[in-house]
Amino acid sequence: MDILSMKQWSPYAVGIGIGLLNCLAFLLSDRFIGCSKAFSDGFAAIERICKGSQILKKPYYQKFVPHLDWFLMLVIGIVFGAFISAWISGELQGVWVPSLWAAHFGPSVAGRFCAALAGGFCIGLGARWAGGCTSGHGISGTIQLAVSSWLAVLCFFAGGIVTAALLFKVL
Amino acid sequence: MLASIRANKNLQLFIGLLIGTGFGFLLQKGGLTSYNVIVGQLLFTDFTVLKTMMTAVITGMIGVHLLNAAGAVIFHPKQGSLGATVIGGLIFGVGFALLGYCPGTVVGAAAQGSFDAMFGGIVGITLGAGLFAALYPRMEKSILKKGYFGELTLPELLNAGEWTIIIPLCIMIMLLFVFLEKSGF
Repeated sequence: MDILSMKQWSPYAVGIGIGLLNCLAFLLSDRFIGCSKAFSDGFAAIERICKGSQILKKPYYQKFVPHLDWFLMLVIGIVFGAFISAWISGELQGVWVPSLWAAHFGPSVAGRFCAALAGGFCIGLGARWAGGCTSGHGISGTIQLAVSSWLAVLCFFAGGIVTAALLFKVL
Repeated sequence: MLASIRANKNLQLFIGLLIGTGFGFLLQKGGLTSYNVIVGQLLFTDFTVLKTMMTAVITGMIGVHLLNAAGAVIFHPKQGSLGATVIGGLIFGVGFALLGYCPGTVVGAAAQGSFDAMFGGIVGITLGAGLFAALYPRMEKSILKKGYFGELTLPELLNAGEWTIIIPLCIMIMLLFVFLEKSGF
């Protein structure tokens, strides 16, 4: 079977690949893989269109300057990479409600949309609050043995496990 | 050589795009752009996320420390505080379970046709990040500095050499993998 058209690779092979990509980011770019800054840039771009360039004076945008930078290109790359991978393995398909969600909460598109919007909102807020996400803290920060990153990833999963247990009534 | 690659702005944008493409490809091939896989991990019915992340941590940890020892890379550990890292991390966790994707996998999921990721997740994350940018001036010197510990690293915290931490950590993770595989996960 052609390896590129396989639907799923071993998690260990994928993990080694992601670890090596992180090494490349450090080596070639003196940067680390992290995805949440791009969303802050995205919001700033919309805000700039609506309110003009004086929004760039906001203290947060002085610290995390919103422009087309390496981190935004990284996220654009994820779109390409995931699209190519799904395309060659025949997994491109429009799905509104994931099957595990539908099995517990029913097939309502509106219900799933609201949960995804609310969940996304907490993720955007929490990731910037904590200074990183599951890639920036979870992999790139932990491999540098940063205390902030190990603590952050524990909190991501602690919050996620408790919330999932409550939602799915496992507790 | 490395300095000139790092100083070339357009080349850097291209490298960012290439690394992102590789990352997105691997995330999709690993099944990590799937809601079922991520929520399955939070419910302890699917251990793909843990296996992938911890393998990436072992590989990356050894890789960047070897590169650092060779003088090829420097570290950028993020600063942290209890008010920022713990509270922000827990808010993230609540969202993680509701959305079932994270900021990286949500765009990969959208790219393969998951409309909940595209119209719910990406929009929500962008709004949440925007709210934080608006709140930041009021939090910067208060809650975000509570229990501040800066750019502390585990070797500094434990007063131990980096390999004294890395090697036992790798062994513990691999023992966890053996346990998971033996118990059928």
